[in-house]
Amino acid sequence: MPVPRRRLTSRVMTAATVAAAAFALLPLFAIFGDLVAKGASSINWDFFVKNPVPAGSTGGGVANAIVGTLIVVGLGSLIGLPIGIGAGIYLAEYGKGKLAMTVRFLADVLTGTPSVIVGIFVWTWIVRPMGHFSALSGGIALSVLTIPMVTRTTEEMVRLVPGSLREAALALGYPRWRAALTVMVRSAWPGIVTGALVAVARIAGETAPLLFTALGNLNFRTNIMQPMQTLSLQIYVYATGPFEEWHRLAWGAALVLMAIVLLFSISARLATRSRFRAR
Amino acid sequence: MPFLLLAIVAQLTYTAWPAIREFGFAFLYRSTWDPVAGVYGAAPMIFGTLFCSLLALLLAVPLAVGTAIFLTEFAPGKIRRPVATLVELLAAIPSVVYGLWGVFVLIPLLKAYAVPPLQAVLGWTPFFSGTFFGNSMLAGALILAIMVLPYIASVSREVLLAVPTAQRDAALALGATRWEAVWGAVLPFARPGITGAVALGLGRALGETMAVVMVIGNRHDMSLSLLDPGYTMAALIANEFNEAAGMQRAALFEVGLVLFAVTLAVNAAARLLVWRVARESAIGSRAV
Repeated sequence: MPVPRRRLTSRVMTAATVAAAAFALLPLFAIFGDLVAKGASSINWDFFVKNPVPAGSTGGGVANAIVGTLIVVGLGSLIGLPIGIGAGIYLAEYGKGKLAMTVRFLADVLTGTPSVIVGIFVWTWIVRPMGHFSALSGGIALSVLTIPMVTRTTEEMVRLVPGSLREAALALGYPRWRAALTVMVRSAWPGIVTGALVAVARIAGETAPLLFTALGNLNFRTNIMQPMQTLSLQIYVYATGPFEEWHRLAWGAALVLMAIVLLFSISARLATRSRFRAR
Repeated sequence: MPFLLLAIVAQLTYTAWPAIREFGFAFLYRSTWDPVAGVYGAAPMIFGTLFCSLLALLLAVPLAVGTAIFLTEFAPGKIRRPVATLVELLAAIPSVVYGLWGVFVLIPLLKAYAVPPLQAVLGWTPFFSGTFFGNSMLAGALILAIMVLPYIASVSREVLLAVPTAQRDAALALGATRWEAVWGAVLPFARPGITGAVALGLGRALGETMAVVMVIGNRHDMSLSLLDPGYTMAALIANEFNEAAGMQRAALFEVGLVLFAVTLAVNAAARLLVWRVARESAIGSRAV
């Protein structure tokens, strides 16, 4: 009887894929559970308003790292987003032929560049000539990571806008650039914002490129020409250090960092959703 | 963008030049990395990078492709989006947080529950010999597997979604069971794309730095045992770059050049494969 056996195989394999999906989600719940369980207890008012205390003593907070993260990620976005969005619009509106295909392909390939390579690249071009580490160079490193990601998402979103809109604008006598900017880009804007937010969420958690650029700093600094602490760098130093107190702060910092990343990821999803609802 | 790429290659080559000239090809196969003696060979790190990444793929690929098949073919409509979102959420976790979790949760778990039985059963093979101290190739590969899984799963899912429905309908109309339709009609169609997804995952795994540097043990040694500490190229750069000068710095740039070349080749191949299934689409180029 061949039929039941085939059905059985089908059932078993279906169950196997269910198991795979369940197993894939296991680490997610484990990590989030541990973050909350171990991180929440170390979060209090001091955690947000105080700076790190000398190694070995207890107390202190990560105020410097929270502000540093916002500054370095802000710099990265400020530099990277306009370039990435501009390149994406170019590709979508004018990007035909060999050159555009090459740019598209290279943007895809660059998205996979190890971030530690970006770190040493920016170190050679910015940190070495300047003579010292700085938040600015960290921002530049993050922008190098942002540009290819944002280029591709922007292009994809502008392409989704129906071509008839552009034709209507051109028929009304709009020049090409104005049709591109005021009609196509405006229609695609929510999608572009989503891509940008996803990219910001991604760079907010980056550590490797900041090791050789922003470096880290135990003090509260807002001068972008000086080394600056970020949450990711702080987690790395604290987690690999020998003190119990540091480990506790590392979990707290990880919970805060995760919250920042999730804030951006979730607002990215909301931006897209409202766009689809508007349609 | 092409300029950026060229700039990176040119700059890495230029700054690595003293090391390239000094050590030649021996750099790639010599296994001593000794800053004190001024002798640099990257073989342990190249081996460690490949070994760790391939192990991670071995663990992640079946799960990731299974998840993608479940999400596109079998899952009830209502849970498809939420589950896909959760899988993508896994990719949103910063790598330093993975590292933290690896150090304080995964390694103690391995030490207490996983390694003793593994050693009891498989201790005679070269892969599970030696003493387990925690930071090891095994921990690195496991963390990497968890990290690349969402990439492979979500790209595979998009590739499977790009397979024409007619492909499934035709197989089902011929009397195939649902699994036979997937296995005989959908997967062959999607194969280049899934291979591309796996290659993308490999690219991620090769270049991953923070999580690996925190759990792999960072020892300049080559060992087949998963329980021994190892080293990867990215971890080496992260650890030594800020203290390096002169020839050591040049050698680190050469390691960077090798890593960049490998990931570039893997990523380019991956893109071409994914593009074959869905031409010019941006599948996988989103940061998930």
